[in-house]
Amino acid sequence: MTPDETTAMQQHPSRVTSHESRLCWTLALLLLAPALVWAQGTLSVGSKRFTESYVLGEIITQTAAKAGTAQVVHQQGLGNTAILHAALKAGAIHVYPEYTGTIAFELLGLKRVPPLAELNRMLANDGLAVGVPLGFANSYALAMVATQAASLGIGRLSDLARHPQLRLGLSQEFLNRKDGWEALKAAYAMPFSPRGLDHGLAYEALAAGQLDVIDVYSTDAKIERYKLTVLQDDRSFFPAYDAVLFYRLDVPARFGATWEAVKGLEGRITARNMIAMNAAAELDRTPFAQVAAGFVVPQDPGSPLAGKPRQPSFLEVLLAPDLGRLTAEHLLLVFVSLALSVAVGMPLGIWAERAPRARGAILGAAGILQTVPALALLAFLIAAFDRIGTLPAIAALFLYGLLPIVRNTQSGLADIAPALREASLVLGLPPAARLRLIELPLASRSILAGIKTSAVINVGTATIAAFIGAGGYGERIVAGLAVNDHAMLLAGAIPAAAMALILQWGFDGLDRWLVPAGLQEK
Amino acid sequence: MTLVSLDGVSKSYGGVPALAPISMEFPAQRVVVLIGPSGCGKSTLLRMIVGLVAPDTGRITIGGEALTKENAARLRHGIGYVIQEGGLFPHLTAEENVALLPRFLRREGSWIASRLAELAELAQLPAASLKRYPRDLSGGQRQRVGIMRALMLDPPLLLLDEPLGALDPITRYELQGELKRIFAALGKTVVLVTHDMHEAAYFADDIVLMREGRVVQRGSAADLLERPAEPFVRDFLRAQRAGLPPT
Repeated sequence: MTPDETTAMQQHPSRVTSHESRLCWTLALLLLAPALVWAQGTLSVGSKRFTESYVLGEIITQTAAKAGTAQVVHQQGLGNTAILHAALKAGAIHVYPEYTGTIAFELLGLKRVPPLAELNRMLANDGLAVGVPLGFANSYALAMVATQAASLGIGRLSDLARHPQLRLGLSQEFLNRKDGWEALKAAYAMPFSPRGLDHGLAYEALAAGQLDVIDVYSTDAKIERYKLTVLQDDRSFFPAYDAVLFYRLDVPARFGATWEAVKGLEGRITARNMIAMNAAAELDRTPFAQVAAGFVVPQDPGSPLAGKPRQPSFLEVLLAPDLGRLTAEHLLLVFVSLALSVAVGMPLGIWAERAPRARGAILGAAGILQTVPALALLAFLIAAFDRIGTLPAIAALFLYGLLPIVRNTQSGLADIAPALREASLVLGLPPAARLRLIELPLASRSILAGIKTSAVINVGTATIAAFIGAGGYGERIVAGLAVNDHAMLLAGAIPAAAMALILQWGFDGLDRWLVPAGLQEK
Repeated sequence: MTLVSLDGVSKSYGGVPALAPISMEFPAQRVVVLIGPSGCGKSTLLRMIVGLVAPDTGRITIGGEALTKENAARLRHGIGYVIQEGGLFPHLTAEENVALLPRFLRREGSWIASRLAELAELAQLPAASLKRYPRDLSGGQRQRVGIMRALMLDPPLLLLDEPLGALDPITRYELQGELKRIFAALGKTVVLVTHDMHEAAYFADDIVLMREGRVVQRGSAADLLERPAEPFVRDFLRAQRAGLPPT
């Protein structure tokens, strides 16, 4: 498997869940608030943006907190492997759940998954380590309905060759990859010609009896729901994606007792456990924290936490208590970055106008910045700042906000009528005074339009800040996307759109106030 | 006494000569009008005096001081410059336009106010117009404000580039009379560019007729009419008279 393909596998769209109850958000609030003022003595746990990672992150967090010797925060759903890896190296987080295959293929660029000791030798240079295998693997696998498998006597992949009548349905991605179906077919001498279909439909097609065998991740939530048997990979064709903890080498020494407690998780989670927990989070919409709590502190069946949560209405999700905090965080991100963009963008625009030779370079650089993918920019900035959270998020927004301001400042100045330029020159005003008294006011409409564009775009772009734990409405969007919960997604997207509209109106008002009356349209 | 003198100044754009080497003097307190067909170099000449165009060769002296890049800003404080439509800044009211430079130079508020009132009276601009933005003024009013702005610091030298070019005939006629009165009252050294021979004859102590970057003839209107230096002078005057009823 190539690194890209392993990523695609790890972040499969079928990982569906929800965690929209108030309880969850209150917990999230309690857990995330301290993240903004992270202190030395606090163990910071990270997680990626899919159900299993959220649940494991919670389990680590709660286990560590139960030890009672250190503050523990969970920075949930921080984004993709690159961001988590950067955050870990920078010390912004201390530990997060990862898979050996991902570390070997994506981070180390290996062609196979070596034993843990070998991985650790390679990671030691970066001050990182892997360990505490949790007891299950989340590998690629084939699965079929349990009753059918039992009646045909199929338990292993090698058994399939004896049943050429079986109908295989595989995801296009697996089907078309050279180390996918063709390699698997050769390894097990399979006699099938499989159909390609969307993975989201595969379970339903299997349940409806239209297919007999599909490809899955070995801890998919739906395995239990559809009563499937995961076929044993008896010729070790699929690489191992053993769930482990990925942590900084200094963690065991810094968090002695707490780390001992976390190490107690070794071997404790079976594939069956994990499937059940994924199903609880994804299919029953039990909040991650509650799913984890059920593992860390087994509940009485009668306790209030054990029951299914009530489905909250959309309005309740939208107006959940975290709305105020998210709004404040979002405004902070947008306005601090906008202020920086203005403070840097206007001088750059003026410079670009004054120095035709620098113009191409300045406008080109600002333009190229806008084309850098957000996640790549964030990963780079995390490394540059050695931390995650608000600072790199603001830096990213600042860079994205530059172009409209630089360009509009430059073009606004360039569009000043030559006669007016001369009129200010022949008055005998020095250059700085001409700029302040004549040129900037004349270009004010254009400059303000650039700032407005930048602000409105920023409101949208700021939602990505949630990938690196900087909060804002993106928290809801990211959570909603990760678990395919449309209500949660909309509860983040609607306030963001509303903020963009309000900003737009606000700037129209500001226009009337800031643009000199003599330049206003009548 | 000479206020401005040009000494062998020339200018070409991309190898095409716009102005042949010209030497010329502008005596103090006289009105000199530069006239000629489009592209004759009359505006280029005027713009050179205020430092908007740098000559390729030669030297410009204003009040005995050679004009350079370094002293241009200071020397401009002694030059009033008026262009078509007044060249007013649209983001400033009439009053703010006129008071821009003295305010920047930190002249006293009371001095500025009294100077404004004085000039408004001179230019016959109603007080209410001073509070308006240029777009709310008529063409004639804009030009009056432009003239006030040029005169604000009481500069000895006044340069006007087709100041009445964009005005309707009636306003133009009115303003001609007022400009002439202002020139006479203030005793400024004036260089005015126009393409209209009647206007030139009306204002000028001295007319400079130019063609293709050269001076063809310099003299009074009567000189040009009665003693043309070249056939072109007669042709130019005749063309200017065409369309008028025979007298």
